[in-house]
Amino acid sequence: MTQDRFRIGFLPLVDAALPILARELGFAEQEGIDLELVRDTSWATVRDRLIYGHSDAAHLLAPLAIATTLGLDRPAVSMAVPFVLGLNGNAVTLAPSLAEALGGKGQLLDSRTSGQRLAELIHLRAQEGAKLRFGVVHRYSSHNYMLQYWLRASGVDIARDTEIFTIAPPFATDALAAGEVDGICVGEPWNSVAVERGVGVIVNVTSHIWLRGVEKVLAMPASRVEQEPELVHRLIRALYAAGKAFVDPERSGANAALLARADYLDGSADLIERAIADKIKLAAGQEPVSIPDFMFQHREAANFPWVSQAAWLYAQMVLAGHTDKADDDYAAAQRVFRPDVYRAAFAGTNVPLPGASAKLEGGIANPMGVGTIQGRLTLGPDSFFDGRLFDPEQLDSYLDATSD
Amino acid sequence: MRIAVIDESAARAAVIEEGLREAGLTDLHIFLERQGLAAQLEACSPDVVLMNLENPSRDMLEETFALSRALARPIAMFVDHSDENTIADAVDAGISAYVVDGLRKERIKPVLDLAVRRFQAFNRLQTELTEAKTQLAERKVVDEAKRILMTKRGLSEPDAYKLLRTHAMQSNRRIADVAQALITAENMLGGGL
Repeated sequence: MTQDRFRIGFLPLVDAALPILARELGFAEQEGIDLELVRDTSWATVRDRLIYGHSDAAHLLAPLAIATTLGLDRPAVSMAVPFVLGLNGNAVTLAPSLAEALGGKGQLLDSRTSGQRLAELIHLRAQEGAKLRFGVVHRYSSHNYMLQYWLRASGVDIARDTEIFTIAPPFATDALAAGEVDGICVGEPWNSVAVERGVGVIVNVTSHIWLRGVEKVLAMPASRVEQEPELVHRLIRALYAAGKAFVDPERSGANAALLARADYLDGSADLIERAIADKIKLAAGQEPVSIPDFMFQHREAANFPWVSQAAWLYAQMVLAGHTDKADDDYAAAQRVFRPDVYRAAFAGTNVPLPGASAKLEGGIANPMGVGTIQGRLTLGPDSFFDGRLFDPEQLDSYLDATSD
Repeated sequence: MRIAVIDESAARAAVIEEGLREAGLTDLHIFLERQGLAAQLEACSPDVVLMNLENPSRDMLEETFALSRALARPIAMFVDHSDENTIADAVDAGISAYVVDGLRKERIKPVLDLAVRRFQAFNRLQTELTEAKTQLAERKVVDEAKRILMTKRGLSEPDAYKLLRTHAMQSNRRIADVAQALITAENMLGGGL
């Protein structure tokens, strides 16, 4: 079979796993794709390579695909997201002295308790004229929006009492060590690197802020999807097969070793395996604790691009002051996620396909069977830590209720 | 026109700087360090920022630009749909460029074109240097393999080379690869090296 060349840009993070495994375990080849991976060190470069044809698709921050479509920092280029590469998998790591003030002694507190205590600390520090400073990996990142969601819902006046700014993940640990920031919200393995160096303590994980919250996506220019739908379908099927191999507990050591290679993450296989196996060491010198569903890449249609996830991200962008609410933009942001392409790719296979394209985010408290057009599907809880719901049909009332 | 050049490679920055100066663009500011970059850049207040595409500080700087748009001098990426080709050339050469919003295109294009040529020249130099280094390394490997054959099999130097070449042709490999295999085998067999 002739192999179609296809290039995917990525940043060296654990959740770049699916494209990497699709190549290394032969799933891409089985679909007739000669998959090349293009590593970079900044999201701006990943995005530029995608727009100017150095890559065909990218491992990208979900909100950055939306920001690029809306043209927030540069002329707009419409992006399409036909496949979600993973849910959750990030953590909040604080400087050890601050983590100690929060309490918890080596266990994760529930997000309400830790949020309230952190809010008190932030308030005290702001009154002393020393705003707490947080580093996030990108302005338009789920890291930024989930951190802000946690703080805001805990009663923090983010704009007045904190500073949140961008630090590239490889520099985040240094910034924490140097005291340039008090906390970071980054993906793995960077939290664990901070823990190993003794410069940070993990105090929360994003799965405890929004369970099953959307993280990295497969993004490509919308025009590419229209031009070569069949190739995109094959790629999506290869990535799905890679997801199945990624979550196989028998394979976690082998998968970690592959990701750790110099041409991929170039990091410690031990640290990478912690994230894969949901066993996270919170502080130096402690035993790893089990955090079920720390990162989530396969089951329960995790890769299905729910339009309501894009809608939630748009709402957070408005709340963060990154864009002004506009009906056209809201519609455009939701169109970035392409459940239609996902469904077309798996039509006639045994992969379960949800019947709906949007859901009430945060509305599933217990595992729930949902309607499908193919196969059987049970969705696990997708709760927000504060119990709020997000109805994509009710954006205005959601925003109003948050501003109050 | 004030131009800031940001690059972690001092050599490449020097090549760009030289080119811009020759073209009479002398209000140049070169930044090589990541530390304190955002603040220094804001103080410098450039009209144009040229940065290597793969600079790891880009996400941080783009945020600074996005924020300064609301505060003081707006800086936006130089992209105008009529200029897609110019930008594509820049990206291909490994450059990302940002300019103050509203600066006339006619003034920017020559600067960007010049930067592209300089980046390309630098890339060529790098490639040639790498090739030269590879050739030198390969010659050393072949010399070493010849020495083994001369010692172990009593061959003359031309005959040792001929033997390597014959093997390379028969096995459809490069001479340097055959030579490397021989050296590896010799080492593993503990051949008195």
